[in-house]
Parts: sequence; C-alpha cells; structure tokens
Amino acid sequence: MPATTRVGVVTFPGSLDDRDAARAVKAAGAEPVSLWHGDATLLGVDAVVLPGGFSYGDYLRAGAIARFSPVVAEIVAAAGDGLPVLGICNGFQVLCEAGLLPGALIRNAGLHFVCRDQLLRVESTATRWTSQYDDGAEIVIPVKHGEGRYVADATTIEQLERDGRVAFRYLGGNPNGALNDIAGIRNEAGNVVGLMPHPEHAIELLTGPSVDGLPMFASVIDALVAV
Amino acid sequence: MTVDTVQHAAETPDQPQPFAELGLKDDEYTRIREILGRRPTDSELAMYSVMWSEHCSYKSSKVHLRQFAENPPASDAMLVGMGENAGVVDVGDGLAVTFKVESHNHPSYVEPYQGAATGVGGIVRDILTMGARPIAVMDSLRFGDADAPDTRRLVAGVVAGVGGYGNCLGLPNIGGEVGFDPTYGGNPLVNALCVGVLPHDRLQLAQAKGTGNQVVLLGALTGRDGIGGVSVLASATFDDSVDETGKAAGPSKRPSVQVGDPFTEKILIECCLELFDAGLVTGIQDLGGAGLSCATSETASHGDGGMRVDLDKVPLREPSMSPLEVLMSESQERMLAIVAPADVEAVLERCAKWGVLATVIGEVTDGDHLVITWRGEVVVDAPPASLADDGPVYHRPLARPDQAQDALVADTSASLTRPSSGDELRDTLLQLVASPELCSRRWVTEQYDRYVLGGTVLAMPHDSGVVRLGDDTTRGVALSLDGNGRFTRLDPHDGAQLSLSEAYRNVACAGARPLAVSDCLNFGSPEDPAVMWQFAEATRGLAEGCRALGTPVTGGNVSFYNQTGATAINPTPVIGVLGVIGDVTQRVPSGFTSSGQHVVLLGDTDDELDGSAWAWVVHHHLGGRPPEVRLDAERALAAVLVEAAERSVVVAAHDLSEGGLAQALVEACLVGGTGASIELDGDPFVALFSETAARAVVATEDVDALRSLATKHHVVAKVIGRTGGSALSIDGLFDVGLEQLREQSEGTLPALFG
Repeated sequence: MPATTRVGVVTFPGSLDDRDAARAVKAAGAEPVSLWHGDATLLGVDAVVLPGGFSYGDYLRAGAIARFSPVVAEIVAAAGDGLPVLGICNGFQVLCEAGLLPGALIRNAGLHFVCRDQLLRVESTATRWTSQYDDGAEIVIPVKHGEGRYVADATTIEQLERDGRVAFRYLGGNPNGALNDIAGIRNEAGNVVGLMPHPEHAIELLTGPSVDGLPMFASVIDALVAV
Repeated sequence: MTVDTVQHAAETPDQPQPFAELGLKDDEYTRIREILGRRPTDSELAMYSVMWSEHCSYKSSKVHLRQFAENPPASDAMLVGMGENAGVVDVGDGLAVTFKVESHNHPSYVEPYQGAATGVGGIVRDILTMGARPIAVMDSLRFGDADAPDTRRLVAGVVAGVGGYGNCLGLPNIGGEVGFDPTYGGNPLVNALCVGVLPHDRLQLAQAKGTGNQVVLLGALTGRDGIGGVSVLASATFDDSVDETGKAAGPSKRPSVQVGDPFTEKILIECCLELFDAGLVTGIQDLGGAGLSCATSETASHGDGGMRVDLDKVPLREPSMSPLEVLMSESQERMLAIVAPADVEAVLERCAKWGVLATVIGEVTDGDHLVITWRGEVVVDAPPASLADDGPVYHRPLARPDQAQDALVADTSASLTRPSSGDELRDTLLQLVASPELCSRRWVTEQYDRYVLGGTVLAMPHDSGVVRLGDDTTRGVALSLDGNGRFTRLDPHDGAQLSLSEAYRNVACAGARPLAVSDCLNFGSPEDPAVMWQFAEATRGLAEGCRALGTPVTGGNVSFYNQTGATAINPTPVIGVLGVIGDVTQRVPSGFTSSGQHVVLLGDTDDELDGSAWAWVVHHHLGGRPPEVRLDAERALAAVLVEAAERSVVVAAHDLSEGGLAQALVEACLVGGTGASIELDGDPFVALFSETAARAVVATEDVDALRSLATKHHVVAKVIGRTGGSALSIDGLFDVGLEQLREQSEGTLPALFG
C-alpha cells in the first residue's frame, strides 16, 4: 500500500478556487497540501494544482504577475522533471504565461464573463490528469471566466491538433470563441494540463452539475501509484 | 496649506461657513454650534454634514424604523439585532449567520460599473465586520423601461459591475431579481445582499474600548475618490438641471462615486479573518459611507472613552489631500481595527503576509472626545456620540395624497380586455413569457460566478439561493430577495407585506424554515409628504408582517431621494428573507425534472389581476388594489412546504408570484427540462394569470402524503396535472412546446442588451 498521494494546491493572493481544488483533491482520495505563492518550495508534493481566481487581481493580464512568483519558478523546474501539474482557469493562464503550455487566453469573444454548465469532449487520455476518462468521453463541467478564449498562432494550433495535444474541446456551443473550440491542452510529456473549465466544481451532485470532474483528480493519483 | 484649526475656529466665530452646500439645514448648523460651544472647523463641519446626512443618520426614517426593534416577533435565534453593521442569527451547531441588504442606487446611476461594484464591496465589508466569512451575494436591480435609450448603458454597466466585483472577490452570486419600470428610468435601484457565517465565539463588534488600545487602519490607500458620496449623492435628488458647462448634472457628480478594487478586498477579507481567529482585534469597523469620519466616530461612540487620531499617519494616495478630504474620502477596501498595544506587532505581521497595508493612526483615550490632529494641530474636537448617534431626528410631515391615490385605486383592471379562447390565452402566455418583466434572467446571471467556494446548493433560477455552511456540515441557509414596486404603489402597506410574503414563500419552497429578514427600503424624497406616507405605511406593514410570520428584521438600509425632479420611483421595499435548512441534501429545486409526477397547486386562487404582470405587460395598466395579503395562509403554506421537504414528499416546488400559475408552470418546465399536462377548473384566464398570494405549485410522487400534510395545515391542495412530455399543455385550450417557450424566454434580454 503506497503512502497517500500529496497534491499541492497553490494560493496566490487573489486565488479563489483554491479551497475548492483542495476539496476535490481530498474527494479523490489524495491529501491536499497548501502551497503559498511567496515560498520557493513545493514541500515535496507529488503533483500540483494551480487553481482558479484572479491572482494578484489580474489587472495587468491574467496570470502575468503570478508567473514571476517564487512558487511558480519551482513548479516550472519540477514540471520539466515530470511533476504532474494541472492549471485550472487562472491556473491555465499562469501556465501559458510561464511558458509551460503554448498559446494564450484572451478576453471572451462575447466580452462578458460567462458562467455555465459546459459540455466537453475529452480529446486526450494520454495525460497524468485524464487517464481515467474514456477516449472521446463527453462530460459536463462548469466554465466561469471572462478571459478564456484560447488563441495561438496557426502553426501552434496545427501542431497541437496533429500531436493530439488538445485535451478538452467545447461541445454544444463555444462559450468564449476559443480557436478550434479548445477548452484545454497538454504538454508533450502529458504531465502538464491546462483547461478553462473547473473540474473541482463537478465533484458532487449537491453542488455541481455532475461528478465528471472527479476522474481528473483520480487520474493523477492513479498515475502516481502506478509509478 | 493653511487649515482651519479648533483654535482658529474659536477665534473666528463669525466666519461664514458653507453648511448649506454640504447639505446641512440652518437649524442643524445652529445645533452643531451649540454642541461644540463654538463654530465648527471646516473638518468638523464636513464630518457633521456626512454623519448627519440622511444616508448615515436615518434622520427621516428613524421614527418609523423603531417599530422593528420595539415590538419584534418572538424569536430565540437573534444574537445581534438592529443597530450593528448587520444582524446575527443563530442557526445551530454553534454557527451563526449574518446577512444584510444595502442600496447603492445613486452612484450606480452616475457611474454604473463602479457604483454597482462598490455596492457589492460595501455590503461584503459590513458582513466581514461582524466577524463572519462572507459566503454569498445576491442583487436586486431595477431599471427604466427595457427599451428606453439609457437603460442599456445602465444594465450593461451595473450587471458587469456586480459580476466584476463579486467574481473577482470569489463570492458566489446565488440569486436576486431584475425589474423594469419607467419610474426607475432616471433612478435605477442597485440593492446588494451579502450573507456570511461565523462561529458564535468569533463575533466582532464595532467598538473602541480600552484606554491605550491602538487604532489601526487596514487596507487600501486613502485617495480623493468618493468624497461626499453619502451627502452629495445618496441624500439628495437628481434634478433635470444642467451644470454651468451645459452637461447633465449626473456626470458632474462622478467624482463622488468610489472606485472598487476587489483584489484588495479579497486579501483584506482573508487577512481580517486570520486576525479574528487569532483574537488579535478588540473591535472592528469597515470604512464605507463617510469613510474615516464614520468609522472613528462610530467606534468611539460605542466604546467607553474617547479617541485620538493623527491624520498624518493615514497613508495617502495623494499627499496633497487636506484633512477634510482625508476624513471624507470614501476610498474602498479599508477597515479600522482596535488592537491592544501588545498585539500590534502580531497584527502588522499578519497584514504583511497578506500584503495588506496596516498603519497605527491613533489610540483609545480616557477622555470623552474624538480628537483629530493634522500637522500637530487639532482640527476636530467633538463628542463622538454627537456625530454618530445623536444626529437630528425628524418627524417629517406625511399625508396620503387622497385625490391621486383614490383615482389610482379606482382605476381597476376590470375594464381591461381579457383573453378567453385557447389561442388568445396561448398568445397572452407567450407575450408574458417574452416580456422583460418575466423573461429568463439567464443573460444576467451567466455573468455571475455561482460556483466559487463550492457550497452553492441552489442558485438562480431556483426560488432561493441555498448555501451549505461548511464542508463538514449539511446545515445550510436559504435566501430570497424580493420586492414589488407596483403593488407597493397601489397600497404601500399591503405591497410591503406582499414583498415580504413572496421572499418568505420562496425560502420555504426550497425547503428551508424562514428565520429572519433584512430590508432595503427604496423611496422618493422624504421631504414630500406623499412619499413619507408611503414610507410610513410600508414600514408599518412590514413590521406587522414580520410579527405575523415570526421573522424579525435584523437590519437593513433606507434609500431616500430616489426620484427625478418631482417624480418619485414606485416605492420599492426589497425584502431579504433568510431561512435555515438542517440538511441541504433535502433542498427542493424549482424545476420539473422527471415525467409522471403529479403537479399539485397549493393555495386558493381568486380573481386578482390589479397590478399584475398581465395588466402591465399586455395593457400597460397600473391601478386598483393589489392582491389580498394572506399572512396566515403564507405561514401554513410554508409549514407544508418545509415538512414536505423534510419528508421528501415533493421533488419540485415553485412559488406563484408575478405572472401567476402560467409563469410558474413555464419556469418549472424550462428549469427542469420537462413538460407538463395541466387541467384547469373555472375561468382559465383567472386560473392562469391571477396573482393571488400564498400559493405554490409542487411536483410529487406521493399525492396522499402531500394531501395529508396540506390538510393538517389547512392548505387547499389540488392536483392539476402531471409532468412529462416536451410541451406545456393546458387541457382543451392550448399546447406550447418547451423549445418555443425557451426561445421566447431566453431571447429577450440578449436581444435588448447583448
């Protein structure tokens, strides 16, 4: 019996869904470990979640300040060594700003903040965070963001599509105008995943539209136990 | 910069002062001179002008609001009643909740985004001040006619402001309401509610006690924004005048609107909660309307001594600010903490961790005056109670405007043409469903985060917002926010009670036991006897209603001067009812989600169409008498709904209000995605569109159990159909498909404002 998987959840000033991410980690059977933005240490965790919110207020550009925090420097280094990292919403924006994932998230095409229960298709199960889904599974996960429109240059988009690195795609209506309906992507190694929808808000039927977010957190435990 | 010191004021008693420009009356100015025994300094005059403003002093409403506190309904749940920043209610398990609704109407007209945003920010700080973690917000909004030229600007700005602030602060928005009426055209209403939860022993009070304790200012820098907000904006009427440059007066008041920074508020919340948990503060007050003037005088007044404040210590955004400006500034995201000297260092450390600016600006003294210095000179030396508690109290003249009111009441809806054939009824239903009054609010609510914090069990479009109080409890609270300005215009007393009834009913529909009330009373000018009559009638009705329903008023807010020129808004008491639900897994949603269930109408229906959505939408008519108030029936209905929820007898419940049974059925079908087949008795028009109070429609699989509950509480229960299919079918009259209903309902707001 392996020791409990420890999953770090980063709190920046202005993080909002950090306690929700910790709750989801716990619901999946792992131990959430709180990581502080100003501390240059990952406390030996087995994986990291960058949660949603408005880090440092995001007044300049979403994620633009957070990428310079001491904890993100540690995460960037560890991700290069294979540490599983999940960026949700603002966390996805931080991962793009930090260069762990290509592209950028810009203002929604409709110019409004959008909060709705969104249908997605799981496009890649070859990641540390999606292995428990079936290929092509259709899941419902809330989106809630004002700057979630995924964009990248044509070459990058082509490469992502060709390499199967689009992890999630919007179905039944694109909430923000993202290119190719892209909701989330992964890095080449499959240990880093970023997505705009919020799996931590789909872990129990009482408070979410589904329990479709739970496998994302269970996947990383599975992946780590298997190692 | 020369400054008007206390010494200078004593030496120059005859110096003319601009008290009228600051909104003070002759006799108020005379009284200030009597209190001080000299003329006030410029800074003192400014402080009295804001503290004695209608907004801060409740000088016109106090005599009427007393009835909420003097003869409250029996309730063992109240921990803190009216008078503090927000009332606190015991919900069991050692937990308490605090909630309050407040207006930000005038700033939102002048500058919709910031006005609405700081409205949310202000009410959230009120809740934080009680020692509570804010857990949800709601908003009640009123605008002019949906297609009026200025409405789009206001709707877009206000909705973006409520959303922008709440979303960035990380508070779920769990419900509220949006209304349109021409009377709000030049004076929209933006009322925001916040609810917070606290363990009993974390309760904080706004008092400065203990000689030598330090006064610590937390949060944002103090700047020139919002100066005079409460006196210039909130306590006067917008007129149609133009300023000297020929521009409308509204924009010229823009500097009086505060600017919000939700990120600073978010870290201020987390930081303050850490300070509370560590027991590091002995008193705390937020800085809202009237800024430092209000926070220092209120905490000193509620303490046991005096207070000394050194304005040179206040961190400024603009160093050139005068002492008067520092005292008047309504810069947002600031709190005033009273801290024992031994704890100051610990407080500063925790603030540094969160990046919250914290500065000692003064201390509690054993004197009885609030003494404020600037550059070594005393600029304020006044008894704090004279500012905070002993302001003027008016018995404003009030008079029912007999001629106009009698004419309004006599002009009933009886003469209006009613639909009768199936096609006519169907067309009427579709017209109502698509109207701005009744259409889907999705375009608004999609701009609000309802998921953050992970405790939202129900949110709009359900009847109430329901929030779980923590991860380790199933206990939750339900909240609804309702107001009906048209009913209140027809009869202020009954209209207020009907608004209360609706919010109470909504909470019960979700399966929660209604416990307490917070009210935001939006009215025209108190200097108009007809408006004062509306106010007196509405407060009397509300106090009676709360006694009859057993739900005390815990606090709230009065907003006067909501009028443009001589035209007042429809009197609009917006009522928030809070209920408690022991097990949130028993909550009852409002939509029909599966087929084959019995649809049951609870309550009697009479022919009550005056003031209805039908009369307004179809005929643009407002007149007659509002529906009869049925407080006993409301209580009985709520008892049935709550017991039915606890015993899992109903699977859906939706209250009947604007638009009657027709609208309730449409919403239940659309929210749950399941149709229904309905059979009606009697006049189908009355059955569908009457707005008789004390009714709800429920879906159940166990009609017998529901009937026996209804019988026990003497509530009429009538099976009117079954759920199922993809249409709403009214037997023998018409069918309308859910897809068409959805298009009608959801298309309206995006077409107007998208």
